[in-house]
Amino acid sequence: MIVGRTTGERNPWSTRFWFSFTAAMLVLVVLVPVLNRYVAPDSAFAVPDYLVPLLGKYLCYAMLALSLDLVWGYAGILSLGHGAFFALGGYCMGMYLMRQIGTRGVYGNPLLPDFMVFLDWKELPWFWWGFDHFAYAMLMVMLVPGLLAFVFGWLAFRSRVTGVYLSIITQAMTYALMLAFFRNDMGFGGNNGLTDFKDIAGFELQQPATRLGLYVASAIGLGIAFLLCRFITVSKLGRVLLALRDAESRVRFLGYSATNAKLFVFTVSAVLAGIAGALYVPQIGIINPSEFSPENSIELAIWVSVGGRGTLSGAMLGAGLVNLAKTWLTSAAPEIWLFFLGGLFVLTTLLFPRGIVGILGQLRLIRSRRTMPGAPPLAVDEPEAAKERA
Amino acid sequence: MTPSPAPHPPPEVLLYLDGVNVSFDGFKALNDLSLVVEEGELRTIIGPNGAGKTTMMDVVTGKTRPDSGAVFFRGSADLTRLDEAQIANLGIGRKFQRPTVFENLTVFENLELALADSRGTWRTLFARMALEQRERIQATLTRIGLAPHSRKPAGALSHGQKQWLEIGMLLIHDRQLLLLDEPVAGMTDRETEATAELILGLARDRTIVVVEHDMAFVRSLGAKVTVLHEGAVLAEGSVEHVQNHPRVIEVYLGR
Ligand SMILES: Nc1ncnc2c1ncn2[C@@H]1O[C@H](COP(=O)(O)OP(=O)(O)OP(=O)(O)O)[C@@H](O)[C@H]1O
Ligand SMILES: [Mg+2]
Repeated sequence: MIVGRTTGERNPWSTRFWFSFTAAMLVLVVLVPVLNRYVAPDSAFAVPDYLVPLLGKYLCYAMLALSLDLVWGYAGILSLGHGAFFALGGYCMGMYLMRQIGTRGVYGNPLLPDFMVFLDWKELPWFWWGFDHFAYAMLMVMLVPGLLAFVFGWLAFRSRVTGVYLSIITQAMTYALMLAFFRNDMGFGGNNGLTDFKDIAGFELQQPATRLGLYVASAIGLGIAFLLCRFITVSKLGRVLLALRDAESRVRFLGYSATNAKLFVFTVSAVLAGIAGALYVPQIGIINPSEFSPENSIELAIWVSVGGRGTLSGAMLGAGLVNLAKTWLTSAAPEIWLFFLGGLFVLTTLLFPRGIVGILGQLRLIRSRRTMPGAPPLAVDEPEAAKERA
Repeated sequence: MTPSPAPHPPPEVLLYLDGVNVSFDGFKALNDLSLVVEEGELRTIIGPNGAGKTTMMDVVTGKTRPDSGAVFFRGSADLTRLDEAQIANLGIGRKFQRPTVFENLTVFENLELALADSRGTWRTLFARMALEQRERIQATLTRIGLAPHSRKPAGALSHGQKQWLEIGMLLIHDRQLLLLDEPVAGMTDRETEATAELILGLARDRTIVVVEHDMAFVRSLGAKVTVLHEGAVLAEGSVEHVQNHPRVIEVYLGR
């Protein structure tokens, strides 16, 4: 994927970029596994087994954050229902894992998952067909969220639903899905969800090696997702998206279809979120309707804004740091976690609208200004309000 | 004076508004407005605030759907049935009353998006800029005097520079019809003069409709003038003609 200079600006695929990317991937894909497998557990450098799925979880969150950043940071679509795409991908994976249990369930039914036997169902509902095949399930992981996003986006963007209204209906969407998945007769295990998984593609989920494999798969998935998002955002389409965020109707008057451009990124983004969810579920061991809860999607928006929306690295960084804080705080002082999260959001919105990456960028700029007088001006802040007459 | 049969073919009608009505909550912004613009013409439109000048452009470019009436471009399809992007792709470009450039993109990138090139989502994803396109952007930058600011975010430009960038975005794409809404608002006298020259230069090979309040500027364009008042045409003719028109003096120029 060698893409030449496109804007007369810096080459987005410079050697320096590939160098940093490769270095980051080596740390995630090679260093961590080596520290886990080949370093004595009592060494200070060892990555203990229990940490591996936790790291894997962060990587899935980072991928989810990337997907939201693509639509929010670049196209200005604040989806507050992105958790739904993540959960749907997770459910598709969960259905595959359920079918892998086979006769090892409590009721030993070779065809029906335990909860269906419990509900006294006699046959597998049609939408569970095919999920015993890995390839089919993986296809669904992408297809189900993608299709939902496509239909939802087509309806919303075609009728020009934007801004706060769009955010509200995406919240409504994930909330409606949550209520639906809570129902036992939906056929997805009701409020218990899907759990008690045994193995994936023949590998036992309890084995540390399998967990490490899932972690590595998440790291590679994240790397690919990042490259894909970068490819989109540095393309001319990426600039059309940024322009949309600035002045949507102006983009239309230039002859671009704002509807199609948004629909494209929204669908791609939902597919990425779905894949992230599918990687997440086997590492966590359960998927239940609370994954659809509106709070999850809001929290996701906070990760992205803390890290710095409109920068892909910011989104990933935000997901990692906020979740690190969450893991630590929810065990150290669970009662203050929500206040912390809310405070963090208010703080970044008011003081650091460009997030951590924005702060780092400003610092670097100040430093370079001291050394070279002809440095570019400080970046202008995004004008959120529509520029044209409403 | 000359009784000889017309030596020229009848001029082609490029834009034709036929009985257009627009109302906002009962207020008639356009009142049975009919207007004909010929191919290659430079037309200025004046009129008091709220006369419906901007609304007229909104209707032509698909931003506002009229309650009734039709708009024909090159005698082809009724524009009121198309959306903004489709209308733009027929060859109609517009400069807004308030300059709207893409603030977070650089000046260069603003022009890049305005280039005549495929607008398809898939095509833009894989688009690569040709050398000839880069040169075209450079030439336009020079023409609008923004070459030194090429890498600045457009949001950092002055008001006048934004107006010019917006004009640049129109002229980089060879459109047949340009609609300019108050192109010199907020410009200094020098900038206004330069803009008049630029517009006269552009008018040589395309059709332009300019809305303006600045009468000195209108005079310097020396084109046919249409006076709008309460959503309809009040008078039409040369600058002298409308300046001496009693009703025009009463509702607009006299104040
Ligand atoms: N979207 C809208 N909603 C409600 N009223 C509107 C809308 N757009 C225009 N109007 C009203 O329609 C009338 C015509 O407005 P328009 O902007 O076309 O006037 P104009 O001739 O361009 O005036 P100006 O010289 O001030 O730019 C005004 O009274 C305006 O308030
Ligand atoms: Mg106006």
